[in-house]
Amino acid sequence: MKVFFAFVKKEFWHVIRDKRSLIILIGLPIVMMLLFGFALTSEVKNSNIAILDFSKDPATKTLVDRIDQSQYFTVNKYLNSEKEIEGVFRKGEVRLVLIFPQNFENDLSKDKKTQVRLVADASDPNTANITINYASAIIRDYQNEVNENKMLPYAIEMETRMLYNPQLKSSYNFVPGVMTLIMMLLGAMMTSVSIVKEKEMGTMEILLVSPMKPIMVLISKAVPYMVLCFLDIILILLMAVYILDMPIQGSLVLLLAESLLFIITTLSLGLLISVNVNSQQVAMFISLVALLMPSLIFSGFMFPIENMPLPLQVMSNLIPTKWYYSIMKAIMVKGLSFEFVLKQTLILAGMTVFFLSIAIKKFKINLEA
Amino acid sequence: MSSISVKNITKTYEKGKVLALDNISLEVKSGELFGLIGPDGAGKTTLFRILTTLLVADQGQATVAGLDVVKNLWDIRKIVGYMPGKFSLYQDLSIEENLNFFATVFNTTVEENFHLIEDIYVQIEPFKKRLAGKLSGGMKQKLALCCALIHQPKVLFLDEPTTGVDPVSRKEFWDMLDRLKSRGITILVSTPYMDEASRCDRIALIQKGKILDIDTLKNIISKNTQLLLAVKGEERFRLLNDIRAYEDTLTCFAFGEENHVVLKSGTEKVDSLSKYLADKNHKGVEIKAIEPNIEDTFIKLMLESENPQ
Repeated sequence: MKVFFAFVKKEFWHVIRDKRSLIILIGLPIVMMLLFGFALTSEVKNSNIAILDFSKDPATKTLVDRIDQSQYFTVNKYLNSEKEIEGVFRKGEVRLVLIFPQNFENDLSKDKKTQVRLVADASDPNTANITINYASAIIRDYQNEVNENKMLPYAIEMETRMLYNPQLKSSYNFVPGVMTLIMMLLGAMMTSVSIVKEKEMGTMEILLVSPMKPIMVLISKAVPYMVLCFLDIILILLMAVYILDMPIQGSLVLLLAESLLFIITTLSLGLLISVNVNSQQVAMFISLVALLMPSLIFSGFMFPIENMPLPLQVMSNLIPTKWYYSIMKAIMVKGLSFEFVLKQTLILAGMTVFFLSIAIKKFKINLEA
Repeated sequence: MSSISVKNITKTYEKGKVLALDNISLEVKSGELFGLIGPDGAGKTTLFRILTTLLVADQGQATVAGLDVVKNLWDIRKIVGYMPGKFSLYQDLSIEENLNFFATVFNTTVEENFHLIEDIYVQIEPFKKRLAGKLSGGMKQKLALCCALIHQPKVLFLDEPTTGVDPVSRKEFWDMLDRLKSRGITILVSTPYMDEASRCDRIALIQKGKILDIDTLKNIISKNTQLLLAVKGEERFRLLNDIRAYEDTLTCFAFGEENHVVLKSGTEKVDSLSKYLADKNHKGVEIKAIEPNIEDTFIKLMLESENPQ
């Protein structure tokens, strides 16, 4: 036990004295959270739009005001002719142009029918779609108000409700995603690199010629990183709750317990890498390419798995991050209890046992190739 | 009683393609300071790793302190001290931290065995807060030796401890080994420096995985009855080439200012050699008979093992 604590102490010295690993451990979660929270957001806020208004009557004015006041749009240009539309798009000044025809109010009140044209810059198809949807929603609201006291002969009224995330905040999606990626990166990469470093520096040679059992070496190397990863989870959760206003719906204890399980999964992957390679570069390369890339693609965080071709969907089941991500979303966003994530938890636990037993089996007690 | 016993050890790498040790046998007596002397790539490190249980030999048996290196692996790991050829301590830990860490790994404390390392440790103690990576070569070696000694090993394996260390530190290091020997620790040390052979009780000359000879330095040299000439001249490089081209020359190697020459005909035809060199316009040529040193002997044994008659 004394040996174990001496090892853990030594491991913390390594981390604290190496500025790079400190930056990765503390800086990376903060930077990723801030990046996804404020910079890389898929939400559309304050998009610039231009108005081409041929009628300039009270109705169009009200509508334009509403659009301008919404948090999604800022009207920054009034156009005078259709010719100008292409110009503003080319310059990239606006994402959307609203075109009101002549006699908008007149047509609306007398003929009960008029048109609004929405022209969007679809060079970025997602944003174009979202802006169109937001603009249509505002126009629909206005239309409902105008119709308020009149009975329409036939009308299907749509009432949509966004469950679990009524404000459609992207943080509900990326916080579990960032947790997944950070754990994969830190747990697997840092552990494998730190073990391989002992091989590279030759210290493993001395440790092997000591009474310390190799399995103890592995555990002593893994535990400090487990603690650090766990601290990172807490850091991320604190940032999510206090900076990004994202409530944690489910049980915090369950959330942390599942995270601990996933940390052990990533550590065993790290150990698995470290017993197979002999240089830090290779360990880092494998962690990035063989672990981080599939995690990014197959976790469901960036790309919906349902949209993938069947072989890839099947493959995604082999990626541990997919299961952790779905557990995290279930607990954090939907507030589900343990029985709803039992299946994923068992799969994750099974994978962990599998990786860990291979790693231990392959761990060499000497330097034989 | 022998402390280290190696019997017919053969070791190959890359599935038998590279022969590292070729049927080696040697015995190191208890309390002996035994030197393994040979150039880089001779197989010294491989033998050290087999004896410290880091590698498994293809054939043969070896015991350390009576324990089999394969069967009693864990017992051996408790009683040996090992200092690898490459500096293998934690560069980002200080002298003090390294020492404490290795003491703990070997289930002991620095205080408990301080008497063993005291006279070495006092030399590096003023820098005990300094990180190991920032120490000079000599200080690194002293720290590594402290770490290898901290658990009071019965047998000490030092793989090229003086490589890359300045001459003064090398001498100090060998003085330290003498003191350790007087405490009854068996020491197996390897070195590529022939001049260090004189500090060992007995030496084994090793080359290309084969042992050329095992004996005391004195005996090894006295077995070399070859008649050796030292030839000096003004144009050293041309002289070397011309002597090598001479028909009666068996071997000729440069040693500092001199060329050590062995003639096929012994020393009978020294006159014809000096005449040959005079014909070649060499000035200031001096030829004298000398006693062979360890390096001459090593070269002789090496050539004999490569071209057995």
